[in-house]
Amino acid sequence: MAQTTLVKSFLPILIVLGAATAYGLWYQKSRGKIQAKSISGKALTASVIGGDLGSRATLVQFSSAFCTPCRATRTLLENVVTDLSDVRHVEIDAETNLELVRKLDIRSTPTTLILNSFGIEVGRAIGAPKRDQVLAALAAIK
Amino acid sequence: MTTLDKKNTSIVIDARGPRFSAALTVFVLASALVTQSLPLIVFQLAVFLIGATRGPQFTPYAFLFKTLIKPRLKGEFVPEDVRPPQFAQAVGFVFAAIAVAGLLSGVTIVFTIATGFALAAAFLNATFNYCLGCEFYLILLRARR
Repeated sequence: MAQTTLVKSFLPILIVLGAATAYGLWYQKSRGKIQAKSISGKALTASVIGGDLGSRATLVQFSSAFCTPCRATRTLLENVVTDLSDVRHVEIDAETNLELVRKLDIRSTPTTLILNSFGIEVGRAIGAPKRDQVLAALAAIK
Repeated sequence: MTTLDKKNTSIVIDARGPRFSAALTVFVLASALVTQSLPLIVFQLAVFLIGATRGPQFTPYAFLFKTLIKPRLKGEFVPEDVRPPQFAQAVGFVFAAIAVAGLLSGVTIVFTIATGFALAAAFLNATFNYCLGCEFYLILLRARR
C-alpha cells in the first residue's frame, strides 16, 4: 500500500538535483569571465564612481556584505594595480549606491567593470575574475 | 568607501565549515523531500534558525565539523566572512518555514516546492561553492526600493 511506504516519490528530488546541476555548471562556467563590451555606453566620471580614474584604465568593483568572493576579488585587483601605475582600482559598496547599481544594471556581486581612459566601460566580469584574464583585458586597452 | 571599511572588521570563520554544513543540509533536506517527513523538516528549520540568528558557526552541523572533521583536515584554514553564509541560512529558514507550513496545512505541493528550492541552494553551495548572497541580495534590494 502506498500509505505504508516511507518514500512518497523520487520525482521531485530528481527534478531538483537535475536542474540544480545544470544551473551549477552554467554558474561555474560563466562566473569570473570577462565579457568585452562594444564601446557605446556613457563615460563614468571620478565623481560618479567615488574615486579617481586611472590614466589608461580603471577597475570598478561592486561589492556587498553577503559576498564571499568579493574579498578575494579586492585582493586580486589591488594586487594587479600595484604593478600598473596607469590603472586604478575603485571598490563601490553596491548596497549604498543602489541608484548607480540600477543605472549600470549590476545584478550580483562581485561585478567588475573595466573602464578605458575616458571612463567608458569596455569589459565586465560577473563573479571573481582570474588574474590572467584581467591582465589580458587591461593589455588590450591602449 | 567607509561602509566597506567597517565590513572588513566583521567575524571571519573557516569557509570549510559552511561547506560541510551544506553537504549535511543536502542530506537532511533530500531525506525530508522524499519522505515528506515533518520531524526532518522541522529539525532543519531549527538548524537554519540558529544559523540565521546566532551564526552558521553555532549550528549542530558546525559542531560536528569542529569536533569530527576539522581535526582530520590537512589543508589550511580558509578564511570567510561570516555574513554570506549567515544570509544563506536566513534564506534557508524562510523556505523551510514555508515547507513546514505546507506540510502542516496539508498542501503538500507547497512543501515540495519550498523544500526543493532549499535543497537546490544547499546542493549548489556544497557542490559548486555557490554564493547565494552574491546572486540574490542585490536583486532583493533592487526589488524592494
